[in-house]
Order: sequence, then structure tokens, then C-alpha cells
Amino acid sequence: MATFVKFTLDGKIYLSEDGAPLVEAARACGVFIPTLCNYTGIPPKGACRICTVLINGLPATACTTKVVEGLNVQTSTPELESFRQAIVEILFAEGNHLCPSCEKSGSCELQALAYRYRVTVPHFPYLFPRRDVEAWHPKLLKDHNRCIQCKRCIRGIRNPAGKALFAFGKRGDRVVINIDPVTSQNISDALAQQAMDICPVGAILRKGKGFDVPIGRRTYDRTPIGAELRS
Amino acid sequence: MPKKIIATASLAGCFGCHMSFLDIDERLLDLIELVEFDKSPFNDLKEFSRACDIGLIEGGCCNDENVHTLINFRQRCRVLVAVGECAIMGGLPSLRNVIPLQECLAEAYLHGPTVAGGATPNVIPHDPDLPKILDRVYPCHEIVKMDYFLPGCPPRADLIWDALVALVTGQELKWPYATFKFD
Repeated sequence: MATFVKFTLDGKIYLSEDGAPLVEAARACGVFIPTLCNYTGIPPKGACRICTVLINGLPATACTTKVVEGLNVQTSTPELESFRQAIVEILFAEGNHLCPSCEKSGSCELQALAYRYRVTVPHFPYLFPRRDVEAWHPKLLKDHNRCIQCKRCIRGIRNPAGKALFAFGKRGDRVVINIDPVTSQNISDALAQQAMDICPVGAILRKGKGFDVPIGRRTYDRTPIGAELRS
Repeated sequence: MPKKIIATASLAGCFGCHMSFLDIDERLLDLIELVEFDKSPFNDLKEFSRACDIGLIEGGCCNDENVHTLINFRQRCRVLVAVGECAIMGGLPSLRNVIPLQECLAEAYLHGPTVAGGATPNVIPHDPDLPKILDRVYPCHEIVKMDYFLPGCPPRADLIWDALVALVTGQELKWPYATFKFD
């Protein structure tokens, strides 16, 4: 049987399962901590740092932190919020994020976070990196211009035989997420959809599925990300 | 209160932001009570006739003429606003930023599938009267200081209206979620 522990979120005491990931526990308590590289059901990575909170006064990522007895968490301070906004701005400046021509626009988590922080223009110079578009996979389209290297696809997508469909190559700022060209030859529509859904941005698209939701009815058109939770 | 003077320009843009401006519809009648237009495609005035209060810039800079126009606007306008994604980050014209200029021009004028072979050999246009194309498309704030940014492709008419009201009356812009969009 699960044991429950007491922990503090922004000065209020809550109960949570011992060892639960902090972002999930906070969500269960109705408190929103923004995430990008984290996805419910797959192992946390702590890559994007946007879920950084203060734990007993020190910054740490909430996706990789497990709830223990007496944990004291501050989820939102002016400084944390400006760190988060800076992360969003860096991601926009670092890739080629042309929202007006992107199939995922309106349902993109990166864009939704930029809306949340009302990012009009990054404080960082646009890099305009030269990146490829892989359009030759039968069911998937990989646009490296939009990839934020969160690696959710690597951790979350496997074919029925258990073989990973995505892997990363190179290191550091040159890291690229590759699709296994052999495995991608015969994947189901369902798996292709799953890959598109797990991508927080428009870097993985299921072919023939772009722009199928009209403007006004996309995920974040009317509802801000995390609007159902307190922040 | 004297009327504020507004100037507008479309650089490397599609005039969509100007069209969105016109989408404020009957509020244009209220606006014209508060402002006057100087150099703008709306009234077809080609030159500045006085110093302006507000300059609205659509589009980024893709050639030297855009740069001259933008610098001229900066010198003539007290407040300069980047209107739309192209002015803010280059927008769709900046798709060419990842391709070397020579490759772009060769594809467009020499080797592209829609380039017709005629009696004379194909050339890349180089008439001195034509603006010189830049190595890449530059967001406006990389050329001059921009004071404000209105996102959207185009920015929603309601956002343009709210921003104009804020600029004319000196109140703070509220940025409602419904009009804060990148597409």
C-alpha cells in the first residue's frame, strides 16, 4: 500500500504519495508547474529546466524531484517566472520557429508557454540555424527546424516489438533527433499519431494530418496552458 | 489634445498587417478623431511631411531600401512599433535565411523549375535602380531600436486597436489572451 507524506507547496500543506514526481503531485493538488520535456507516463529527463522550482530554497527541476516527507516547495516567484520566460525565449531564438507556417501552431506547448509569459520578442538574437526537413518517411515528417531536443519521442515511442523509433545523434548544441529509417518504413497510423502527439512542438508530424483543426478550436486558442490549475 | 501623427510602412511583408489594421472596421471613424496619418500606404503619401508620434512597421528588412526606410522611420517617429511576425522575427521571408544568398538567387533566376529558357541567357537581375537584396532577412530590432512589438500573423485587429488606444491615451496595454497569437 502506498504511503502518504506531507509536503508544502507555496506555503500550503498537501498530502501526496511518497516518491511521486513533484510535477504530478503538484498537478494532483491543483498547482500548475510548467513543463516541456516532461510527459506523463514516460521517465523524466530534466532537460528543459522550465519546471525549475525552489526546493527548501534551492532551485531544482520538479520533474526529476520525488516527493518526500517535509519537502518545502515554492513553485512561483518573480525570479522563477523570469527564468522560465528566458528559457522559452532561448528556445525560440535557437531554432527556426515560424509559427505562421507551422502545422502545430495553436496546439504547440512551446507557443502556449510563450503566450502564457506574453513573449513578444526574445531578448536573445535569432540564430537562424541551417537544419533539414526529413520528408521521406512514409508516415512521418521530421522538421529539425522546430525541434527543441526534449527527447520525449526517444523516451516514449516504441514499435510493438519494443524497438525505439527515435534516437539522438551528435552532442551539445549540434544534437539531432533521428528517426530509424528501417523501423519507420512500416509503422501503424496509431503509432505515427502517438509520435506526433508526444512532440510538444511541430517537429514530428503525421503526414496528411496538418491543419486539420480549424483556427479557434485548437488546444490553446482560447484556453491558456495550465488554465485548469492554479499557478 | 492635439491629434497624434501616425506613419506606417510595409517592408518585407505582405500587407496583411495593414489589412488587419483596416479590420478595426467602424472604429476607424473613432480613430480618425484621435490621429492623423502622415507617410503611409493608406493615404499614399510617399514622403514624411513632419515629425510623427507613432510609426508602425510591417515586415522585416530583406533589401537595402527596407533598411533606409526603417532608419528614416526611426529618425522621424517618436515611438516605433514592430507590427506582425515578419517585423518581429523575419517571418516567412526569413525561410531563406538558412540558404546562402547565391543559392537562393540561382534557384530563382537561373536553375529553378519555373525559369524559362529564352533566346538570351538567364541572368540574376542587377540593375542599379533595383534595391540590393541583403544576405538574409533581418528582424527590425536588429537594424534600429524598436519600442514595442505586436505579435500575430497578422496581429488581430482588436490587438492593433488596443495598442493604438494605449499609445494615444498613454494607458498600459492589457494583452488579452484572445488577441495574443503568433499565427
